[in-house]
Amino acid sequence: MSATTTAVAGPPPVALRRRLNRPFAVGVVLAVWLVGWALLRGRDTLDLSPASLTPLHRWLNDVNDAVGASRTSSPVFRYVVNELRAAIDTLVVFLQGLIAEPSYGRPVPVLGWLGVIAVVAYAAWALGNWRVTVLAVGGFTLFGLQGLWQESMHTLALTLSAVGVSLLVGIPLGIWAGLSDRFHRLITPVLDFMQTMPTFVYLAPLTLLFMIGPASATIATLVYAMPPAIRLTAHGIRTVPPAALEATESLGATRRQALTTVLLPLAKRTIVLGVNQTIMAALSMATIAALIDAPGLGKTVIKALQTLDVGTAFNAGLAIVVMAVVLDRVTTAAGVRVQHPPRRRPGVRRLLLGGFGVATLVCCYLSYTYVWAAEFPTGVALGPELSRAAASVTTWAQDDLSGVTRPFKDVITVALLNPFQTLLTGSPWWLVAAVVVGIAALLGGVRVALVATVCVAALVGTGLWRDSMTTLAMTIVATVLVMALGLVVGVWMGRSPRADRVIRPVLDAAQTMPAFVYLIPFLALFAASRFTAIAAGVVFAAPVAIKIIADGIRAVPAATVEAATAAGSSSWQMITKVQLPMARQSLTLAANQGLIYVLSMVVVGGLVGAGALGYDVVAGFSQGELYGKGLAAGVAIVLLGIMLDRIARGAAQRSGGVPVGTPR
Amino acid sequence: MTTQTAASSRRAPARDAAPVITVRGLWKVFGPDPSRVPRSPELAALSRRELMARTGCTAAVREVAFDVAPGEVFVVMGLSGSGKSTLVRCLTRLVEPTAGEVVFEGEDILRADARRLRELRRRKFSMVFQHFGLLPYRRVLENVGYGLEIRGTGRAERVRRAMEVIELVGLDGYAHAYPDELSGGMQQRVGLARALAGDPDVLFFDEPFSALDPLIRRDMQNEVIRLHREVGKTMVFITHDLSEALKLGDRILIMRDGRMVQTGTGDELVGAPADDYVRDFVRDVPRADVLTLRWIMRPPRPGDVLDGPELSPDVVVRDAVRDVLAADRPVKVVADGELLGVVAAEQLLAVLAGPEPR
Amino acid sequence: MRRTITRTVRLTGVSITTAAALALAGCGGAKVGADDDAAARSVDCGTVNLAVNPWVGYEANAAVIAYVAETELGCKVTKKDLKEEISWQGFGTGEVDAIVENWGHEDLKKKYIDEQKTAVAAGSTGVQGVIGWYVPPWMAQKYPDITDWKNLNKYASLFKTSESGGKGQLLDGDPSFVTNDEALVKNLKLNYKVVYAGSEPALIQAFRQAEAKKTPLMGYFYDPQWFLSELQLVKVNLPPYTQGCDADAEKVACDYPKYDLDKVVSKKFADANGPAYQLIKNFTWTNADQNVVAKYIAEDKMSPQDAAKKWVEANRDKVKAWLPKS
Repeated sequence: MSATTTAVAGPPPVALRRRLNRPFAVGVVLAVWLVGWALLRGRDTLDLSPASLTPLHRWLNDVNDAVGASRTSSPVFRYVVNELRAAIDTLVVFLQGLIAEPSYGRPVPVLGWLGVIAVVAYAAWALGNWRVTVLAVGGFTLFGLQGLWQESMHTLALTLSAVGVSLLVGIPLGIWAGLSDRFHRLITPVLDFMQTMPTFVYLAPLTLLFMIGPASATIATLVYAMPPAIRLTAHGIRTVPPAALEATESLGATRRQALTTVLLPLAKRTIVLGVNQTIMAALSMATIAALIDAPGLGKTVIKALQTLDVGTAFNAGLAIVVMAVVLDRVTTAAGVRVQHPPRRRPGVRRLLLGGFGVATLVCCYLSYTYVWAAEFPTGVALGPELSRAAASVTTWAQDDLSGVTRPFKDVITVALLNPFQTLLTGSPWWLVAAVVVGIAALLGGVRVALVATVCVAALVGTGLWRDSMTTLAMTIVATVLVMALGLVVGVWMGRSPRADRVIRPVLDAAQTMPAFVYLIPFLALFAASRFTAIAAGVVFAAPVAIKIIADGIRAVPAATVEAATAAGSSSWQMITKVQLPMARQSLTLAANQGLIYVLSMVVVGGLVGAGALGYDVVAGFSQGELYGKGLAAGVAIVLLGIMLDRIARGAAQRSGGVPVGTPR
Repeated sequence: MTTQTAASSRRAPARDAAPVITVRGLWKVFGPDPSRVPRSPELAALSRRELMARTGCTAAVREVAFDVAPGEVFVVMGLSGSGKSTLVRCLTRLVEPTAGEVVFEGEDILRADARRLRELRRRKFSMVFQHFGLLPYRRVLENVGYGLEIRGTGRAERVRRAMEVIELVGLDGYAHAYPDELSGGMQQRVGLARALAGDPDVLFFDEPFSALDPLIRRDMQNEVIRLHREVGKTMVFITHDLSEALKLGDRILIMRDGRMVQTGTGDELVGAPADDYVRDFVRDVPRADVLTLRWIMRPPRPGDVLDGPELSPDVVVRDAVRDVLAADRPVKVVADGELLGVVAAEQLLAVLAGPEPR
Repeated sequence: MRRTITRTVRLTGVSITTAAALALAGCGGAKVGADDDAAARSVDCGTVNLAVNPWVGYEANAAVIAYVAETELGCKVTKKDLKEEISWQGFGTGEVDAIVENWGHEDLKKKYIDEQKTAVAAGSTGVQGVIGWYVPPWMAQKYPDITDWKNLNKYASLFKTSESGGKGQLLDGDPSFVTNDEALVKNLKLNYKVVYAGSEPALIQAFRQAEAKKTPLMGYFYDPQWFLSELQLVKVNLPPYTQGCDADAEKVACDYPKYDLDKVVSKKFADANGPAYQLIKNFTWTNADQNVVAKYIAEDKMSPQDAAKKWVEANRDKVKAWLPKS
């Protein structure tokens, strides 16, 4: 192929020649690294034992103390922080009083189960459709049957407040980022930071600033939940078809008119997707928020784990999954409705809206007034059954499978993880740094190399070089496994709608089930080890990669598939020569997102034997004198994330793919 | 309907009246520090490739100048990349020109501030786009009334006016449909109606029919001709299709690489191409449909019998065929009682036989 | 069109009828608040904010204190589930009144008691904390001499895992707990590597599996802990602790001291000297007592309140001694 091109077009242009040589150049760099490692092994590896600190870490401790000490004296606290806390507290306490807690001198919340289910059903129907209404009613009834009604309502109240505040702040910021390139450039690294900085790092300072209580839990949640709202709003605004915008401009619309009549309506679907992602992110913080006394399902999970009660933890985890699925499906249905509003018979709909509205109000009144509608009946209890079932499955897995799984762990660790980790941690830091920057330059060009240089320098600066390299090794191995799973399952789902229907709920569950629920059996299967941490990362990250790849496969134009079939391709040829190459952009995006999700599990990994940065963060959260080191470890995780992300994006851009995540 | 009948039944543009639009020395350069290109005669003279190599700039529009008379249909024609779409956007400043002036009814719109520009766009010009640019979440009625809505017209008036133009463009009965329920041709009618709703002085068309099927395209072209006849707006029409240009245009500007190559009526372009580029362009045009007798007549020779029928020099060749062939002597071409020349069968045959092979 | 209208009317009718039926049917039950005695029992005790640190032994202390404070003194007790650091931090912000099982934490005592002066000590809980290295019972049986640290190097190869890089593995748990293990391994010249499991559940699961599968494991553990009533781990004897042998964290070469688990309260709470403070100050029991309540919670899956009630009712005399004398 390239020979013909050359013959026709003369010598290939410079860019093309460089691309052809790039894999070779990367190979040379890696070879140099191996030789360097063999010669210089063990020198300049910048080790630091888990208990030791650097001056930077001590200084960060002092800063933390100083901030805490200024809490009573500084006007910033007295006016800004305290006011903010009071406002958020009011919101959360109102919602809790409405659905979760005895309030206003009553022994029960304002709305009992009947009222809540009626309101949820009404909202699901009005915003979505009949199918999600049935799902929502079923899901919420399940909470009651599980014996977790109050806990679920607490989680719902906290999630709704965090999502509310996220959207209130996030959507305007997203609009701004959609309209202004400069602001977009400014806020992107901030959002990266918010999404990859481990929550454990800011949990303790948050409680110092915003006190223990709903405000801290809400803020901890929204730091993580707000970025998708901002990103997707900006993305929606940026991808409005220029034709519509230009037409509006040609008619003399002002900026405000263009915003309200073109940009926002046309970006609405993407913004609703942002709302959806924000809700999912907020729910995924339920367990972490429980560490600072946030009430709800997360607390049930944490308490159960103190006694390794997997059954109870699973029961509560299942409620979180069900809530996530309900909220996801309802907002997705709302998004579809926004894009394709039903256009027939608006009069009928209006009448029904009114009729069901009255019914909902009646239910609310009943649940306000009568005990039977306020407190969920305790007659049928599914919770203990579910717990028992989960516990026996766990016991079976632990007892009967670990004979197979432990050797598997050992093979992966010895064959894949250990050599890679040895190479990264055993080489002099400057050699690794040079290799990283060199690969960044080769794959992504000068700008990416510059970013990599800054990141590497900052990593050295954190004083946690060796831990960073250990974590990097695990992250890359986990990402490789995620992509392997993503390819196999994603292609399968992309080609078979039936497989998609069956697997998708499993993926949703894997994404929203609190990690510790499945980590207890994992610990039995793989022991406290780096591999367990990798497995946790894979369970959490693979669903995203699988979904993206499946969508990419499905998006291959039917005409292309038809043409390939007509040419007599086998299934294997179809996958490898048509569908995967055409879904290349999705593969890049899947790798990128998989990586970010794996990184967000580094801290959880620290809780099950991964050591390194994850453990540093956990230790910093647990012990005041290690706080500064934990913060530095958090920053190191962010740096690793930004570095890998930019190199991957740069490589994708260079190899002809459209830049990931940055439209226009 | 033949080209000739369409063109001849059109309102005649008022060529002698003051032009509606006057464009002088218009430049649009994309790239770093673009304004240096028109300022430097040396840079301005470079070819597109040389300019790119020297400065990293692309000149989409270079030193373009023309006038558009009131009621005229002025067509800008060129292949893709010739700068024609950029040119039409410069006229309404959807793209900000780099240098030059665009005078609209005596006012240089390049000097207009944002408020004035908006005012002009709301009242004086409107535009029809290749990809329609409709708002998918609004019904036809609301799309058509959109321009009125943003200039603050009340709802009742908006609906009245929108219904009026919907009828005018032949969309009766579709006022409450959504754009995605309409065919491409009908969507473009909505675009047309939206442009007409504000009763502008000038309509700009940016390749409005190139995304449509050939049959629908012909319908839409006829629609434009009909509208022009009925409402008599000044129109600036961008196209890459020569037959469309010849069919619609009173005058045609041919662009290549951002420069003007030739401006003239259809028969001028076909009869006297300015260079090989234009000649190549018009080669396949059915000349008999475009050329008038003025282009093929020869001076009377001694020995001609000059008592044959008389025809005007502006009669298109195809329409003269019957008369010329029926007469057994040369037909006289006469304007204002003066004999300009004669046409005989041999002249006709030269045209009808097509272009001479190169 | 006509059909549509008819259907609409019917649908609306159905929904309104349903609503009315619901309203009628619902009106039969008991009304909210009908049998509620809203009056608070006592006013002079007020609210006690009790930090609850995340382990079951602590939960047992807190449950019993809360139960007694509520039933005997009429206090309102707010339990806050917090990690240790944040609990101490709460003394400063006034959100925590008492911590009722503190393991050492000399650094925090220095910061909050000596420097900030927002907290004060409130005496021992009577529970003795033991930290050390433990092996599962089957190992102690099979290798009786393993409980002497001098023999550890002999058995190092048994403890090799994928994580320990060729040496024996010593598994550490939750980083909240004080550990000298790295220094100990180094200073006792042991051929071991400390591997950080990172959390208590990971540690417990590891011991459970080690006993069930008879696989070798040595790890950091502590007593009292509810898990010890499920599996009696055996402690490895390190060089005995002597006063001050752990003064320099880098040079430690001796066993962990016995911890006198104590209580800490906020300065404000102590100064107010209310009945709840007196109760917390007087509270003291034994490892056995705590293990009973912890077992109720962890093994018998009782709620902390029920567990506390059961213990209190069986130990009236002990409880009486804690109540303020007035």
